[in-house]
Amino acid sequence: MDKLKISEQRIIQTITTIITNGYIVGFMKGKIFTGNSKFICVPGLNCYSCPGAVGSCPIGSLQAVLGGRKHNFSFYVLGFIMLFGVLLGRFVCGFLCPFGFLQDLLHKIKLPKIKVPKRIDKPLRYLKYAILLIPVILLPIFLTNQYGMAQPYFCQWICPAGTLEGGIPLLIKNEPLRETIGFLFNWKMGILVLIIAVSIFIYRPFCKYICPLGAFYSLFNKFSFYQMNVDKLKCNGCKTCEKQCKMNVKITKDINSVECIRCGECKKACPKGAITSGVYLEGTVGVTKTNEHTFHQ
Amino acid sequence: MRKIELTKLNIRYALLISSFLFVGVGILRGEHLVVLKKAVNICLECIGVG
Repeated sequence: MDKLKISEQRIIQTITTIITNGYIVGFMKGKIFTGNSKFICVPGLNCYSCPGAVGSCPIGSLQAVLGGRKHNFSFYVLGFIMLFGVLLGRFVCGFLCPFGFLQDLLHKIKLPKIKVPKRIDKPLRYLKYAILLIPVILLPIFLTNQYGMAQPYFCQWICPAGTLEGGIPLLIKNEPLRETIGFLFNWKMGILVLIIAVSIFIYRPFCKYICPLGAFYSLFNKFSFYQMNVDKLKCNGCKTCEKQCKMNVKITKDINSVECIRCGECKKACPKGAITSGVYLEGTVGVTKTNEHTFHQ
Repeated sequence: MRKIELTKLNIRYALLISSFLFVGVGILRGEHLVVLKKAVNICLECIGVG
Protein backbone atom coordinates (compact mmCIF):
# COMPACT_ATOMS: atom_id res chain seq x y z
CA MET A 1 0.00 0.00 0.00
CA ASP A 2 2.85 2.36 0.89
CA LYS A 3 4.57 1.70 -2.42
CA LEU A 4 1.31 2.29 -4.25
CA LYS A 5 0.92 5.68 -2.53
CA ILE A 6 4.47 6.73 -3.42
CA SER A 7 3.94 5.77 -7.01
CA GLU A 8 0.67 7.73 -7.07
CA GLN A 9 2.57 10.94 -6.35
CA ARG A 10 5.24 10.10 -8.93
CA ILE A 11 2.59 9.17 -11.50
CA ILE A 12 0.76 12.46 -11.01
CA GLN A 13 4.04 14.40 -11.16
CA THR A 14 5.08 12.58 -14.34
CA ILE A 15 1.71 13.05 -16.03
CA THR A 16 1.59 16.75 -15.14
CA THR A 17 5.13 17.32 -16.39
CA ILE A 18 4.32 15.57 -19.67
CA ILE A 19 1.00 17.37 -20.16
CA THR A 20 2.42 20.84 -19.45
CA ASN A 21 5.45 20.14 -21.67
CA GLY A 22 3.72 18.08 -24.32
CA TYR A 23 5.04 19.85 -27.44
CA ILE A 24 7.66 17.20 -28.21
CA VAL A 25 8.40 18.67 -31.66
CA GLY A 26 9.77 21.73 -29.88
CA PHE A 27 12.54 19.70 -28.27
CA MET A 28 13.47 18.13 -31.59
CA LYS A 29 13.49 21.39 -33.57
CA GLY A 30 14.77 23.69 -30.81
CA LYS A 31 11.70 25.93 -31.11
CA ILE A 32 9.01 26.88 -28.63
CA PHE A 33 5.27 26.27 -28.94
CA THR A 34 3.39 29.31 -30.24
CA GLY A 35 -0.22 28.16 -29.90
CA ASN A 36 -3.03 30.08 -28.20
CA SER A 37 -3.04 27.79 -25.15
CA LYS A 38 -0.08 29.80 -23.92
CA PHE A 39 -2.31 32.55 -22.61
CA ILE A 40 -3.32 30.11 -19.86
CA CYS A 41 -1.12 29.86 -16.79
CA VAL A 42 -0.09 26.41 -15.60
CA PRO A 43 -0.08 25.74 -11.84
CA GLY A 44 3.63 24.92 -11.38
CA LEU A 45 6.92 26.66 -12.08
CA ASN A 46 7.23 25.74 -15.74
CA CYS A 47 9.17 28.11 -18.01
CA TYR A 48 7.22 29.23 -21.09
CA SER A 49 10.46 29.21 -23.00
CA CYS A 50 10.76 25.47 -22.50
CA PRO A 51 10.42 24.02 -26.05
CA GLY A 52 7.70 21.67 -24.83
CA ALA A 53 5.67 24.15 -22.77
CA VAL A 54 2.05 24.50 -23.85
CA GLY A 55 1.09 26.99 -21.13
CA SER A 56 2.64 29.92 -19.30
CA CYS A 57 4.59 30.09 -16.07
CA PRO A 58 2.60 32.15 -13.54
CA ILE A 59 5.70 33.87 -12.16
CA GLY A 60 7.04 34.74 -15.62
CA SER A 61 3.59 35.95 -16.69
CA LEU A 62 3.20 38.10 -13.59
CA GLN A 63 6.51 39.83 -14.28
CA ALA A 64 5.62 40.23 -17.96
CA VAL A 65 2.40 42.10 -17.13
CA LEU A 66 3.84 44.13 -14.23
CA GLY A 67 6.93 45.00 -16.23
CA GLY A 68 4.95 46.05 -19.31
CA ARG A 69 3.93 49.58 -20.15
CA LYS A 70 0.18 49.18 -19.70
CA HIS A 71 -0.40 47.69 -16.25
CA ASN A 72 1.01 47.98 -12.75
CA PHE A 73 -1.25 45.24 -11.43
CA SER A 74 -2.14 41.91 -12.98
CA PHE A 75 -5.68 40.78 -12.25
CA TYR A 76 -5.31 38.03 -14.80
CA VAL A 77 -2.22 36.25 -13.46
CA LEU A 78 -3.12 36.84 -9.81
CA GLY A 79 -6.54 35.36 -10.61
CA PHE A 80 -4.92 32.17 -11.88
CA ILE A 81 -2.58 31.93 -8.89
CA MET A 82 -5.49 32.57 -6.50
CA LEU A 83 -7.56 29.93 -8.26
CA PHE A 84 -4.89 27.23 -7.98
CA GLY A 85 -4.09 28.40 -4.45
CA VAL A 86 -7.63 28.35 -3.11
CA LEU A 87 -8.39 25.00 -4.70
CA LEU A 88 -5.19 23.16 -3.80
CA GLY A 89 -2.80 25.30 -1.75
CA ARG A 90 0.73 23.87 -1.84
CA PHE A 91 -0.57 20.56 -3.19
CA VAL A 92 0.63 22.18 -6.42
CA CYS A 93 4.21 22.08 -5.06
CA GLY A 94 3.91 18.48 -3.95
CA PHE A 95 2.23 17.05 -7.03
CA LEU A 96 1.98 19.44 -9.97
CA CYS A 97 5.28 21.33 -10.21
CA PRO A 98 7.92 19.93 -12.61
CA PHE A 99 10.75 21.59 -10.70
CA GLY A 100 9.50 20.13 -7.44
CA PHE A 101 9.39 16.74 -9.18
CA LEU A 102 13.02 17.12 -10.25
CA GLN A 103 14.08 17.92 -6.68
CA ASP A 104 12.16 14.87 -5.41
CA LEU A 105 14.04 12.65 -7.87
CA LEU A 106 17.40 14.18 -6.97
CA HIS A 107 16.75 13.60 -3.28
CA LYS A 108 16.18 9.90 -4.06
CA ILE A 109 19.88 9.54 -4.89
CA LYS A 110 21.37 7.38 -2.20
CA LEU A 111 23.83 9.76 -0.55
CA PRO A 112 23.87 11.03 3.05
CA LYS A 113 21.10 13.55 3.79
CA ILE A 114 21.53 16.81 5.68
CA LYS A 115 19.05 18.29 8.12
CA VAL A 116 19.48 22.06 8.16
CA PRO A 117 19.79 23.35 11.76
CA LYS A 118 16.68 25.18 12.96
CA ARG A 119 18.50 28.48 13.55
CA ILE A 120 19.46 28.56 9.85
CA ASP A 121 16.37 26.86 8.44
CA LYS A 122 13.75 29.06 10.10
CA PRO A 123 14.96 32.49 8.93
CA LEU A 124 15.83 31.12 5.48
CA ARG A 125 12.18 30.08 4.99
CA TYR A 126 11.27 33.78 4.83
CA LEU A 127 13.63 34.32 1.89
CA LYS A 128 11.03 33.06 -0.59
CA TYR A 129 8.61 35.80 0.51
CA ALA A 130 11.30 38.43 0.01
CA ILE A 131 11.95 37.01 -3.47
CA LEU A 132 8.24 37.13 -4.27
CA LEU A 133 7.98 40.70 -3.10
CA ILE A 134 11.17 42.24 -4.49
CA PRO A 135 12.29 40.74 -7.85
CA VAL A 136 8.87 39.38 -8.84
CA ILE A 137 6.53 42.23 -7.85
CA LEU A 138 8.28 45.47 -6.84
CA LEU A 139 11.23 45.64 -9.23
CA PRO A 140 9.15 45.03 -12.41
CA ILE A 141 6.78 47.81 -11.29
CA PHE A 142 9.35 50.40 -10.23
CA LEU A 143 12.69 49.59 -11.87
CA THR A 144 11.77 50.38 -15.46
CA ASN A 145 13.65 51.76 -18.44
CA GLN A 146 12.89 54.99 -20.31
CA TYR A 147 9.99 53.26 -22.11
CA GLY A 148 8.36 52.21 -18.84
CA MET A 149 9.29 48.56 -19.32
CA ALA A 150 11.12 46.25 -16.93
CA GLN A 151 13.07 43.02 -17.17
CA PRO A 152 11.66 39.86 -15.58
CA TYR A 153 14.21 40.13 -12.78
CA PHE A 154 13.47 36.82 -11.07
CA CYS A 155 13.56 34.88 -14.36
CA GLN A 156 16.67 36.71 -15.48
CA TRP A 157 18.83 36.43 -12.37
CA ILE A 158 17.48 33.65 -10.20
CA CYS A 159 15.13 31.10 -11.80
CA PRO A 160 16.91 27.77 -12.36
CA ALA A 161 13.82 26.29 -14.02
CA GLY A 162 14.24 28.64 -16.98
CA THR A 163 17.85 27.56 -17.44
CA LEU A 164 17.03 23.88 -17.18
CA GLU A 165 13.77 23.73 -19.11
CA GLY A 166 14.35 26.56 -21.59
CA GLY A 167 18.01 27.50 -21.77
CA ILE A 168 19.70 24.12 -22.08
CA PRO A 169 17.35 22.48 -24.65
CA LEU A 170 17.18 25.63 -26.80
CA LEU A 171 20.94 26.20 -26.76
CA ILE A 172 21.65 22.57 -27.68
CA LYS A 173 19.60 22.98 -30.86
CA ASN A 174 20.44 26.60 -31.78
CA GLU A 175 23.93 27.55 -32.94
CA PRO A 176 23.13 31.33 -33.13
CA LEU A 177 21.82 31.30 -29.56
CA ARG A 178 24.94 29.47 -28.35
CA GLU A 179 27.07 32.32 -29.67
CA THR A 180 25.33 34.75 -27.33
CA ILE A 181 26.29 32.87 -24.16
CA GLY A 182 27.95 35.18 -21.67
CA PHE A 183 28.12 36.07 -18.00
CA LEU A 184 24.36 35.81 -17.41
CA PHE A 185 24.12 32.26 -18.71
CA ASN A 186 27.13 31.16 -16.68
CA TRP A 187 25.64 32.81 -13.59
CA LYS A 188 22.33 31.02 -14.13
CA MET A 189 24.04 27.71 -14.82
CA GLY A 190 25.91 28.18 -11.55
CA ILE A 191 22.61 28.63 -9.68
CA LEU A 192 21.12 25.59 -11.42
CA VAL A 193 24.10 23.35 -10.65
CA LEU A 194 24.11 24.56 -7.04
CA ILE A 195 20.42 23.81 -6.57
CA ILE A 196 20.74 20.42 -8.24
CA ALA A 197 23.68 19.51 -6.01
CA VAL A 198 22.03 20.77 -2.82
CA SER A 199 18.77 18.95 -3.68
CA ILE A 200 20.60 15.64 -3.40
CA PHE A 201 21.45 16.32 0.25
CA ILE A 202 18.64 18.63 1.41
CA TYR A 203 14.99 17.95 0.63
CA ARG A 204 13.56 20.49 -1.86
CA PRO A 205 15.83 23.46 -1.03
CA PHE A 206 14.36 25.56 -3.83
CA CYS A 207 10.78 25.03 -2.59
CA LYS A 208 11.73 25.67 1.04
CA TYR A 209 13.82 28.79 0.62
CA ILE A 210 13.56 30.36 -2.84
CA CYS A 211 10.41 29.64 -4.84
CA PRO A 212 8.15 32.72 -5.09
CA LEU A 213 5.30 30.61 -6.45
CA GLY A 214 5.43 28.31 -3.43
CA ALA A 215 5.48 31.44 -1.25
CA PHE A 216 2.30 32.63 -2.95
CA TYR A 217 0.52 29.28 -2.63
CA SER A 218 1.59 28.97 1.01
CA LEU A 219 -0.65 31.94 1.83
CA PHE A 220 -3.63 29.83 0.75
CA ASN A 221 -2.75 26.63 2.63
CA LYS A 222 -5.14 27.36 5.49
CA PHE A 223 -7.97 28.47 3.21
CA SER A 224 -7.73 26.01 0.33
CA PHE A 225 -10.45 23.48 -0.43
CA TYR A 226 -7.81 20.73 -0.31
CA GLN A 227 -6.85 20.26 3.34
CA MET A 228 -4.89 17.93 5.58
CA ASN A 229 -6.50 16.80 8.82
CA VAL A 230 -5.32 15.16 12.05
CA ASP A 231 -8.02 13.33 13.98
CA LYS A 232 -7.23 13.96 17.64
CA LEU A 233 -9.34 11.01 18.74
CA LYS A 234 -7.13 8.62 16.77
CA CYS A 235 -3.78 10.41 17.27
CA ASN A 236 -1.69 8.93 20.09
CA GLY A 237 0.89 11.72 20.00
CA CYS A 238 3.77 9.49 18.90
CA LYS A 239 4.94 12.17 16.41
CA THR A 240 6.03 9.58 13.85
CA CYS A 241 4.47 11.91 11.27
CA GLU A 242 6.66 14.84 12.32
CA LYS A 243 9.79 12.71 12.21
CA GLN A 244 8.82 11.64 8.68
CA CYS A 245 7.99 15.15 7.39
CA LYS A 246 10.82 16.42 5.20
CA MET A 247 9.37 19.95 5.19
CA ASN A 248 9.66 20.02 9.02
CA VAL A 249 5.99 20.78 9.63
CA LYS A 250 4.68 20.55 13.22
CA ILE A 251 1.92 18.24 12.06
CA THR A 252 0.16 17.61 15.37
CA LYS A 253 -0.09 21.36 16.02
CA ASP A 254 -0.50 22.92 12.58
CA ILE A 255 -0.88 20.38 9.81
CA ASN A 256 -1.96 22.99 7.26
CA SER A 257 1.14 25.06 7.92
CA VAL A 258 2.43 27.36 5.17
CA GLU A 259 5.31 24.93 4.68
CA CYS A 260 3.19 21.82 4.04
CA ILE A 261 3.38 20.73 0.40
CA ARG A 262 0.72 18.02 0.94
CA CYS A 263 3.07 15.24 -0.18
CA GLY A 264 1.20 12.79 2.07
CA GLU A 265 4.27 11.23 3.71
CA CYS A 266 2.78 11.93 7.18
CA LYS A 267 -0.42 10.17 6.20
CA LYS A 268 1.51 7.07 5.19
CA ALA A 269 3.68 7.15 8.31
CA CYS A 270 0.85 7.47 10.84
CA PRO A 271 0.42 4.09 12.58
CA LYS A 272 -3.09 5.03 13.72
CA GLY A 273 -4.44 6.29 10.42
CA ALA A 274 -5.23 9.61 12.11
CA ILE A 275 -4.17 11.78 9.19
CA THR A 276 -6.45 12.30 6.23
CA SER A 277 -6.49 14.67 3.30
CA GLY A 278 -8.96 15.67 0.67
CA VAL A 279 -11.31 18.31 -0.64
CA TYR A 280 -13.43 19.86 2.10
CA LEU A 281 -16.43 21.78 0.84
CA GLU A 282 -17.79 22.71 4.26
CA GLY A 283 -16.09 23.71 7.50
CA THR A 284 -12.41 23.99 8.22
CA VAL A 285 -10.05 21.29 9.28
CA GLY A 286 -6.61 20.91 10.76
CA VAL A 287 -6.54 19.25 14.13
CA THR A 288 -10.10 18.01 14.74
CA LYS A 289 -12.27 15.22 16.02
CA THR A 290 -13.94 12.67 13.75
CA ASN A 291 -17.20 13.42 11.92
CA GLU A 292 -16.96 17.19 12.27
CA HIS A 293 -16.68 17.93 8.59
CA THR A 294 -17.97 17.20 5.15
CA PHE A 295 -15.08 15.46 3.50
CA HIS A 296 -14.74 14.22 -0.06
CA GLN A 297 -11.60 12.15 -0.44
CA MET B 1 -14.79 28.06 17.33
CA ARG B 2 -17.75 27.59 15.02
CA LYS B 3 -17.58 31.29 14.11
CA ILE B 4 -13.91 30.98 13.11
CA GLU B 5 -14.76 27.97 10.96
CA LEU B 6 -17.54 29.87 9.23
CA THR B 7 -15.23 32.83 8.62
CA LYS B 8 -12.63 30.57 7.04
CA LEU B 9 -15.31 28.92 4.93
CA ASN B 10 -16.54 32.31 3.75
CA ILE B 11 -12.99 33.40 2.94
CA ARG B 12 -12.48 30.21 0.94
CA TYR B 13 -15.53 30.81 -1.25
CA ALA B 14 -14.82 34.54 -1.49
CA LEU B 15 -11.30 33.78 -2.75
CA LEU B 16 -12.67 31.30 -5.28
CA ILE B 17 -15.18 33.79 -6.67
CA SER B 18 -12.57 36.57 -6.61
CA SER B 19 -10.12 34.45 -8.59
CA PHE B 20 -12.64 34.00 -11.41
CA LEU B 21 -13.49 37.71 -11.30
CA PHE B 22 -9.80 38.62 -11.41
CA VAL B 23 -9.22 36.43 -14.47
CA GLY B 24 -12.31 38.01 -16.13
CA VAL B 25 -11.19 41.56 -15.36
CA GLY B 26 -7.69 40.69 -16.58
CA ILE B 27 -9.11 39.49 -19.89
CA LEU B 28 -11.17 42.68 -20.25
CA ARG B 29 -7.98 44.70 -19.67
CA GLY B 30 -6.18 42.66 -22.31
CA GLU B 31 -3.65 41.18 -19.89
CA HIS B 32 -4.00 37.74 -21.42
CA LEU B 33 -2.62 39.15 -24.67
CA VAL B 34 0.45 40.47 -22.85
CA VAL B 35 1.00 36.99 -21.38
CA LEU B 36 0.46 35.31 -24.75
CA LYS B 37 2.84 37.69 -26.54
CA LYS B 38 5.55 37.05 -23.95
CA ALA B 39 5.01 33.29 -23.94
CA VAL B 40 5.09 32.66 -27.69
CA ASN B 41 8.45 34.35 -28.10
CA ILE B 42 11.65 32.94 -26.62
CA CYS B 43 12.33 34.88 -23.43
CA LEU B 44 16.06 35.47 -23.71
CA GLU B 45 16.34 36.74 -20.14
CA CYS B 46 14.56 33.63 -18.83
CA ILE B 47 16.96 31.26 -20.56
CA GLY B 48 19.97 33.34 -19.56
CA VAL B 49 21.17 34.90 -22.80
CA GLY B 50 19.27 38.20 -22.67
